[in-house]
Amino acid sequence: MVARWLKSAVRRAAPGLVCAATFALHTPGVSAEDRFITMASTTSTEQSGLFPHLLPAFTKATDIDVHVVAVGTGQALDMGRRGDADVLFVHDKAAEQKFIAEGWGLKRTDVMYNDFVLVGPKSDPAGVKGRDIVAALGKLAGSSAAFISRGDESGTNAAELRYWKVAGIDAPATRMANYKECGCGMGPALNIASASNAYVLADRGTWLSFKNRGDLVVLVEGDSRLFNQYGVIVVNPAKHPQTKTALAQAFADWVLSPDGQATIASYRIGGEQLFFPNAPH
Amino acid sequence: MNTLSESSATAFDLIVGGDAGLLHTVALSFAVSGTACFCAAWLGLLAGAWLAVARFRGKRFVLLGLDTSLALPSVVAGLAVYLLLSRSGPLGSWGLLFTPTAMVIVQTLLALPIIMALARQVVADALRDGGDQLRSMGARPLLCALLMLLHERWAVVTLLLIAFGRAIAEVGAVMIVGGNINGFTRVMTTAIALETSKGDLPLALALGFVLLAVVALLNVVIAFVPRSHELQTAQLQ
Amino acid sequence: MTMPAPLTLLALRDASVSFGRVQALRDATLSVHAGDVIAVVGANGSGKTTLLRLLHGVVAYSGRREVSGAAGVQAMVFQRPFLLRLSVWNNLRIALWLAHRRMPKAERRERALQALGRVGLAALRDRPARSLSGGEQQRLALARGWAIRPDILFLDEPTANLDPSAKKEVESLLAGFAAEGMTLVMSTHNLGQAKRLATRVVYMDGGRLDTDLPTGEFFNAGARGRAELFLKGELSWSLDG
Repeated sequence: MVARWLKSAVRRAAPGLVCAATFALHTPGVSAEDRFITMASTTSTEQSGLFPHLLPAFTKATDIDVHVVAVGTGQALDMGRRGDADVLFVHDKAAEQKFIAEGWGLKRTDVMYNDFVLVGPKSDPAGVKGRDIVAALGKLAGSSAAFISRGDESGTNAAELRYWKVAGIDAPATRMANYKECGCGMGPALNIASASNAYVLADRGTWLSFKNRGDLVVLVEGDSRLFNQYGVIVVNPAKHPQTKTALAQAFADWVLSPDGQATIASYRIGGEQLFFPNAPH
Repeated sequence: MNTLSESSATAFDLIVGGDAGLLHTVALSFAVSGTACFCAAWLGLLAGAWLAVARFRGKRFVLLGLDTSLALPSVVAGLAVYLLLSRSGPLGSWGLLFTPTAMVIVQTLLALPIIMALARQVVADALRDGGDQLRSMGARPLLCALLMLLHERWAVVTLLLIAFGRAIAEVGAVMIVGGNINGFTRVMTTAIALETSKGDLPLALALGFVLLAVVALLNVVIAFVPRSHELQTAQLQ
Repeated sequence: MTMPAPLTLLALRDASVSFGRVQALRDATLSVHAGDVIAVVGANGSGKTTLLRLLHGVVAYSGRREVSGAAGVQAMVFQRPFLLRLSVWNNLRIALWLAHRRMPKAERRERALQALGRVGLAALRDRPARSLSGGEQQRLALARGWAIRPDILFLDEPTANLDPSAKKEVESLLAGFAAEGMTLVMSTHNLGQAKRLATRVVYMDGGRLDTDLPTGEFFNAGARGRAELFLKGELSWSLDG
């Protein structure tokens, strides 16, 4: 008898539940043949807003959806090693080449670059303003002004540490009292810098979209060493047979093609171009 | 205060504007957490009721384990499920990573201990009151426990709402196993996390208000609809 | 003319019950016969409830307890009946279902209707059971018991919590059940009730079954020793109930 009650309650509730679940869990656009790839990219790239501009053009041309999982560069490469991504779109050339050398990816190709800027308080207490990033960092090391580092193994973080090294400071965390690591993304790092009037190395894309600037302005830009090179890598199916290699290759081919490159170039924030396509011809 | 008033205005605009992307995100949040609680409810209520009456060696340790799992950090659950569903993991061939299904799985795991522990408590307390009399009417222990769930159905609704609250408010686990993919696995909490990490705090807060408003609406519906039916029948007598 | 020997439904022989270190019942020997209406009396803590629970078979014991096949269906009514948060009607149906799982739905419905009528609760059948008055709730408990047609109906101080008019209603129902031939075993504080309803009185003292006499004998100088003292002590202020 109790069983009868339970059954009738389930019968009454079930259709509503099934309807709601099916509607929400099924995304229009994901076709039944599973024509989508998983792309591991970086938080700074996603936050720059490039993907809603770039990817629909690809889907229109090829009918392949792209699911972007945005994490730090280190994590993105790890996802490639685990086989959880079909294609990588990251910006740490040294780490990428190591990835290929270890056999996890088929090939690495230059796609585009954007640049980093050194951002700091308008009053510039450390006097770093100019076009030389290495000199600027040297001055920062000698001053008492605070510097915020992302400290999260991201591409930006890796680049930052390379500049410190060139400036002669091997481990800024231990050598400098005013060096603060937040272990966070670009946005929060900028927030912290804005709140505490500190210096921070940011990618131009996130900086342009960042609304909470406070007293911060761009102090160092244009140094060719600040260019941030992006690479596209198709994950090696030999390691993980389930990789959607053909579809992933279609993406790599398209983004390196004149069409893809033009779409990259046409992305602007406030009229300014953010990414500069530089695929090899 | 500036951010707060800006956020409230943004939240209002968002709700009134009925942006399609926002609607989908809200609907997905409810679908994922709702499905997870639905699955966890069946398992958890039965298991909780059984635990209230079962006698076996080591029961104390099982209860200790259950209470400990209440404090399971959602990120840890997320990592565990990620490693299971990863293509380099044991269940990789199922292709569930970075899908809403993976999110439902991990939230079911998070809701289950809450439902089990609270159901066990509700049933045990109720059995102290009337367990003897039910047994004397011919009900065996497990049936007594199930009858007590029926008897205490309002307490059961409350504990299910608690579990749902935990599920819909958690962000760590669904971020890891869902990947926060735009338009596919982005739910309210991961969207809020994203806006926060972009530094867009007013928008993040506004999304938070929207989430709370929708959950409040759900609670109002649950609290008033069945009760009003009870009041009506009482008045008719 | 020889009377046929009354059928023994339940027999206890030197049965004892203890809870931890407390001995609630010691060496109880008792037989319940078909048609008996037994009143179990005694001070608080004398073991009345334990005796009832032992007879009903819901408590662990040492000694002997024999149930005849003719006593298979039993029901118990408690001082404070436990009612589920459901309607009167559903409480009845669940009680019927618990006692007779295989009963067809229609028959269950029929019995429930009869039981409601028997105790006079038909008008309240769709009300939440917990919204009933104390007397009405106890009548529902009686309906629950009566509906399953028990061979023995146990009652643990069924009117202790009721006001005088409700008490009267319940007593008259019990008298009716007894007249129908139902076997009743009830514990009570109320000696007047015992005198009015019972065929046999059992006096409990400190966990022991002290006296077991037909009602007439018990109340008319048949009681001896502690039972006599009990009667005298209770007589002045509780005989009328």
